[in-house]
Amino acid sequence: MKPAQFEYVSPSTIDAAIAALVASNGEGKVLAGGQSLLPLLNFRMARPAVLVDLNGIEGLSYIEDRGDRIAIGALARHRELEHSPLIASKLPVMSAAMRHVAHLAIRNRGTIGGSLSHADPAAELPMLATFYEAEISVQGPSGRRTIAAGNFFVDALTNCLEPEEIVVEVEFPVLKQDGWAFEEVARRFGDFALASIAVSVRRGPASLEAARVAVMGVADTPRRLREAEDELVAMALDDTTPDRFAEIVVSLVAPNDDLHASADYRKHLLAQLARRALRTALAMKG
Amino acid sequence: MTMHVSVTVNGETYDVSDVEPRMLLSDFLRDRLGLTGTHVGCEHGVCGACTVLVNGDSVRACLMLAVQANGAEIVTVEGLGSPDELNVLQAEFREHHGLQCGFCTPGMLMTGEDLLRKYPLATDDDIREGLSGNLCRCTGYQNIVAAIRSAAAKRTEKAS
Ligand SMILES: Cc1cc2nc3c(=O)[nH]c(=O)nc-3n(C[C@H](O)[C@H](O)[C@H](O)COP(=O)(O)OP(=O)(O)OC[C@H]3O[C@@H](n4cnc5c(N)ncnc54)[C@H](O)[C@@H]3O)c2cc1C
Ligand code: FES
Ligand code: FES
Repeated sequence: MKPAQFEYVSPSTIDAAIAALVASNGEGKVLAGGQSLLPLLNFRMARPAVLVDLNGIEGLSYIEDRGDRIAIGALARHRELEHSPLIASKLPVMSAAMRHVAHLAIRNRGTIGGSLSHADPAAELPMLATFYEAEISVQGPSGRRTIAAGNFFVDALTNCLEPEEIVVEVEFPVLKQDGWAFEEVARRFGDFALASIAVSVRRGPASLEAARVAVMGVADTPRRLREAEDELVAMALDDTTPDRFAEIVVSLVAPNDDLHASADYRKHLLAQLARRALRTALAMKG
Repeated sequence: MTMHVSVTVNGETYDVSDVEPRMLLSDFLRDRLGLTGTHVGCEHGVCGACTVLVNGDSVRACLMLAVQANGAEIVTVEGLGSPDELNVLQAEFREHHGLQCGFCTPGMLMTGEDLLRKYPLATDDDIREGLSGNLCRCTGYQNIVAAIRSAAAKRTEKAS
C-alpha cells in the first residue's frame, strides 16, 4: 500500500519534462493530478523508476476563448472546468458533466491532460473529447502534433501516445446547437459511469439539421455514434422520436458483463438515458 | 535520494529533511509531524478519511506526495478548532451527533469545510452529493448531513 522507490523530478518547462522522460529510458512516468496514478503507485501496479511531476510547469492550466474553439491547458483541474463561466456558456455539455467527475477533493487535483491520458472508458472527459471532436496537442522529442480525439483512445486505459509524449493542450470546437443534454447513471454520485450519453441537436424547419451523440460505459472506449446522428437527422420529429432514438442507440452498442453491471443492465440504462436526453434536448429553447 | 520539505501546517512552519519522494502526504503528516488527526483508510482515494486542505482546497493526502507539498499551506483537522473552542462545523457535528467511532470524522470535517466554501448546499441532495466521496461505516450519514445543513444555515444567517 506504499509506492516503491522512484526518482522524483519537477521540471519547470515542457522541454525539460520531455528531456527527463527521454533520459529515463522508458522507465519514466508523468505525474499530473495524481488521482489515477497515485493509487496505481500505492498498490505497486505501476513502478516507474522516474516520476516527472508536471505541476511545476507554469502556464499550462489556462481556459482560453478562441472564438469558435475553447482551448484548455493540460494542467487545468476538473474543478476549474466545473466552475468556469466560459465553459458554462460555450461548452454547456461539458459544464453539466463535470460535477459527475469523482468528488470535490479529487476534482481539486485531477487534470484534463491526466484524465485523457488515463483513458478510462467510463470517464467523463474522454467522452466529452470524443463528443466535441476535440483536438489533442501533444509534445515529444520530435516536436508537436495534434491528434483527433477519435484516434486518441485506442482501448480501455490505452491511448495512442509515444512513451515520451506529453499532452499539452486540448481544443474543443464550440457546437452550433439549439438543445443539448448530458445524462449519466453511476452506482453512487461521483463514481465512474455505468452508462452515459451526451446529445446535441440543431433544429431545421421540419426535422433536425444536425445532431451529435456520444456514449460511454458501454465499450472499451468512449464512442461517437454517427449512425444514430444520421438516423436522427433523417427522422420526422414526433412523440415517438425519443423511443425510436433509444432503440437505435442501444442497437449500436455491445457492452460486456463486468463486476459493476451486466451487459443487459447497461443497455437498459442506456436506452432510458438516451430517451431522456433527447427529450431534454428537443424541449430546450435554442 | 531524499529531499527537503518545508510546509506550513495549521499556521506553523515545519522544515523537514530526509523525506523520501515516495512518502505520501498522509504518512508525512502522521509519522513525521505527529499530526495523527488525519486518518488513513484505503490509500487509493476512495474513503476520504485522509482529506486535508492544501492551499485552501480539499485534497486526498494519500494521493499526494509529501514533496509535492513543499511550500504549501496545509490545514488538518487539528487546525480547525481546539477542544475548548470548536469551530462552527465541529460544534454542529457535536450538536447533531455527526459521529460515532470518529474514524471518518476528520475527513468529513475537512470535506465539509471545502463544500461550505464552494457550494450553496441549498438542499440535502447537494450535501449528499458533496459527501459522496467520504465513507462512514457507523452513522448512516443522516446526522452528518444534519450537521452540515445546520452549518450552512448559520453561514447564510451570518452573511445576511
Ligand atoms: C475515488 C476516485 C473516483 C474517481 N471518479 C472518477 C469519475 O467518476 N470520473 C472520472 O472521469 N474520473 C474519476 N477519477 C479519476 C480522476 O478524474 C483523475 O483525476 C483522472 O483520471 C486522472 O487525472 P490526473 O491529472 O489525476 O492524472 P494522473 O493520475 O497524474 O495521471 C494519470 C495517467 O496519465 C498520465 N498523464 C498525466 N498527465 C499527462 C499528460 N499531460 N500527458 C501525458 N500523460 C499524462 C500519467 O502518466 C498517468 O499514466 C476518480 C479518481 C478517484 C481516486
Ligand atoms: S486514505 Fe486517502 S482516501 Fe482513503
Ligand atoms: S463515525 Fe465511524 S466511520 Fe464514521
